[in-house]
Amino acid sequence: MNLKDKCAIVGLGYTPQGKVPGRNAMSLYMEATRNAAADAGLAVQDIDGLLIQPCPTDPRVSAFGLAQELGLYPRFAGDLQVQGATGGAIIQHAAMAVDAGLCDYCLCSFVDMSRTGSPSTGVVYQMASTTNSAYGNFGVAAGYAMIARRYMHEYGVTSKQFGAVSVTFRKHAQLNPIAQMQEPMTIEDHQASRMVVEPLHLFDCCLVSDGGRALIVTTAERARALKQPPVYIMGMGQGHPFADPLRRPVLTLTGAVKSGKTAFAMAGITPRDVDMCAIYDAFSFVVPLQLEDLGFCGKGEGGAFVEDGRIGLGGELPINTSGGLLSEVYLQGWVGTHEPVRQLRGDCGERQVPGAEIALMTSSGGVLSEHATVIMRR
Amino acid sequence: MSVEYRKPLPGIDDVNRPYWEAARQHELVIQKCRQCGYYRYPPGTNCPDCLSDDLEWVKVSGRGTVFTWTVFHKVYHPAFAGDAPYAVVAVELEEGPRVTSNMVDCPLEDIAAGMPVEVVFDDVTGEITLPKFRPIKQEG
Repeated sequence: MNLKDKCAIVGLGYTPQGKVPGRNAMSLYMEATRNAAADAGLAVQDIDGLLIQPCPTDPRVSAFGLAQELGLYPRFAGDLQVQGATGGAIIQHAAMAVDAGLCDYCLCSFVDMSRTGSPSTGVVYQMASTTNSAYGNFGVAAGYAMIARRYMHEYGVTSKQFGAVSVTFRKHAQLNPIAQMQEPMTIEDHQASRMVVEPLHLFDCCLVSDGGRALIVTTAERARALKQPPVYIMGMGQGHPFADPLRRPVLTLTGAVKSGKTAFAMAGITPRDVDMCAIYDAFSFVVPLQLEDLGFCGKGEGGAFVEDGRIGLGGELPINTSGGLLSEVYLQGWVGTHEPVRQLRGDCGERQVPGAEIALMTSSGGVLSEHATVIMRR
Repeated sequence: MSVEYRKPLPGIDDVNRPYWEAARQHELVIQKCRQCGYYRYPPGTNCPDCLSDDLEWVKVSGRGTVFTWTVFHKVYHPAFAGDAPYAVVAVELEEGPRVTSNMVDCPLEDIAAGMPVEVVFDDVTGEITLPKFRPIKQEG
């Protein structure tokens, strides 16, 4: 017996995002929570389950501290850390909790203040062991660059194909008033953008942002009584390869292989049935890589899959219609949690995917080290 | 030392000390499982294959191939400002493990996946030697 269609996402909370000076982590968690409850048509006092992903720049704020500030005495709570994959993973924990009757309305939230510079900005995303530091190997981007290079070597994918991803998502961001990046981007702009760590140009890399997100999960039955059209959780899965990419036997296979397989099996559908996706895009090239591993195309075919408009609005499989981590905002795995829900509600205005019924989201952490997939339907 | 070395140095602990002591003697050593023969890197306390804690340090050939690499244009640490753009390579040793290092005697544009390389030793301070890699010149 699985959880197919038994739970739903019923409330979405946003905060100001991009560059948000003068705020702290707690105030963003509070605002995201209040907005999610209002969106669902619930009172904050109805929330009896509380899961948060700690804020990278202020991890002292816990679910328990937040509950206290909200005046809540939850029946189910905790801090969940699945790194960048937490957005997709936390929905899974929340769904299990409401299905098990441990709580009725489980609120999940994440905030980040990496743009305006809370104390540890600039260090948070530059973790390196001292052995790596001795060789000048700093930052998460370099680990991704080594995977990108291997991807190019094994399958002949190109930087221009990576650029097609960035250019597509920028076009989407221009239709999203809350997206951080609104200026047009051409493939020439992408190719001319400065190199960061080869083969990754600046425009292959996600943004650095402040902001917060929250969402509420409840049972399908309760969902039908609430304000928004329910978005049902059809399938869920996770896959976590070795944390150190160099210790993985194959560098070009991601956790999406396992998380996607589990999610599709639960949902009882195939990639062909999916109308739109929100694919974790901390770096452009991880989009085609995950599309392959999820089964949207064959291994090595991702580069060609993304380059001719297929993943843009009006294409066969629109992806990251909000602009994604590359052009909307960088909030780890919490950008892909919200946009598909809005698409399935039919709430996306100019960037609406007509008739969207089924959506798939992924989130990923570390250096493609943690992975979660969620399939939703209206 | 005539010039002060300003780059970060590896952190030496009880687990990895034999690796760095051997490097100082210009030898490359890797942990090998006495139970199943698995070579492990980075250093650890157990064999990730059979979970045995019966590991020994053995000298390896020092030869391998470039598995993947990146060239740093962004300077994350001021001591590397004069080096950028510089390459960080992942070398797959003949014995299996992959080690992160730098290339020497090799123009950036010549680096390629599958390129045969061999270890060289860079005595960066009186106490620390960094294993690095250079291309193996093709015979004839």
